[in-house]
Amino acid sequence: MALLLFLIVMAIILIAAAIFSIVQKDLLFAVLGTGVISLILSIFFYILQAPDVAITEAAIGIALTTIIFIITIRNTTRDENKYNDDHINKFKTKKDV
Amino acid sequence: MFKKLIVFILIGVIGYMLTVTFSNIPLGENRIGSLDNPETVSAFYLNKSPQDLKVANTITAIVVNFRGFDTLGEVTVLFLAATGLASILYRKEDEEEEENIKHFAHRLNLPSSSLVRTGAKILFPLLLLLGIYVFIHGHLTPGGGFQGGAIIATGFLLMLISYKGFQTNHKVMVWLESLAGLGFVGIGLYGLIAYGSFLQNTGWTGNLNDLISGGLIPLIYIFIGIKVATELTNVLDILLNIKPRKK
Repeated sequence: MALLLFLIVMAIILIAAAIFSIVQKDLLFAVLGTGVISLILSIFFYILQAPDVAITEAAIGIALTTIIFIITIRNTTRDENKYNDDHINKFKTKKDV
Repeated sequence: MFKKLIVFILIGVIGYMLTVTFSNIPLGENRIGSLDNPETVSAFYLNKSPQDLKVANTITAIVVNFRGFDTLGEVTVLFLAATGLASILYRKEDEEEEENIKHFAHRLNLPSSSLVRTGAKILFPLLLLLGIYVFIHGHLTPGGGFQGGAIIATGFLLMLISYKGFQTNHKVMVWLESLAGLGFVGIGLYGLIAYGSFLQNTGWTGNLNDLISGGLIPLIYIFIGIKVATELTNVLDILLNIKPRKK
């Protein structure tokens, strides 16, 4: 019963994190949201008796993918809207010239 | 009108084919494999992997032995992804690119705090040890080549982001990766020559739950582990060290 309650709470956090990472305009927080999704998914895989998949999800989903996204954000722009505006302006100036 | 007729005919043909295909699949039946239901493929795997192959972890037996060719394909996909990333990020930088790099240079050169550096120094050998343990014991405990390789790559990542001057030896990495890939294919060819099919396991399998057991399975997983670790480390190294070329 306690396990079931734990799973339900985890599932709610999972869905909330997924929605958060879609809605969020700050890309760094969106990436952290996907990291939370991977963390909860790996717990689920472990409880559902798939430890191999849980280890993969923990190593690749939580650590590597999140870090690669964060490196990409560091080399580009953090704000989604600012990035779009910059791109639009870039194309505009090229057309004018 | 004529176009619409063709579209309707095509939709009809596709619908007919799908109906025929799906009517042959017994949907709704209990097809979950177990040892009680010996006709399913999972029962075959569950019976065969401990008895004939002497591999305690059935998933390893499936990934490396029964579906070994697919695993070779996966390793190739990872290799191609790493190569593609390198070829994209090592392009010639134009003036705009240099301006961008100047703009972000102050952020790239920030040193990490001493807390992070000390923690990384302590955790790095432990992570390497854990990764090597995971892929050497792939046929006994959960995990295997991919998981162990990813753990080792996170260890290198920790060092790469903590120490600005930390660099991996590219020559050693390239040689390790190439030798691991060649080793995997070589084992496959050995099976083809000696036993008649690609990646065929040897007849000698040892005892269940021994470290040296399962024929060629631990050897293949060690090769996969080394290959995945070097590839992912290279990917992270490339991503973290995007620099303009000096003209």
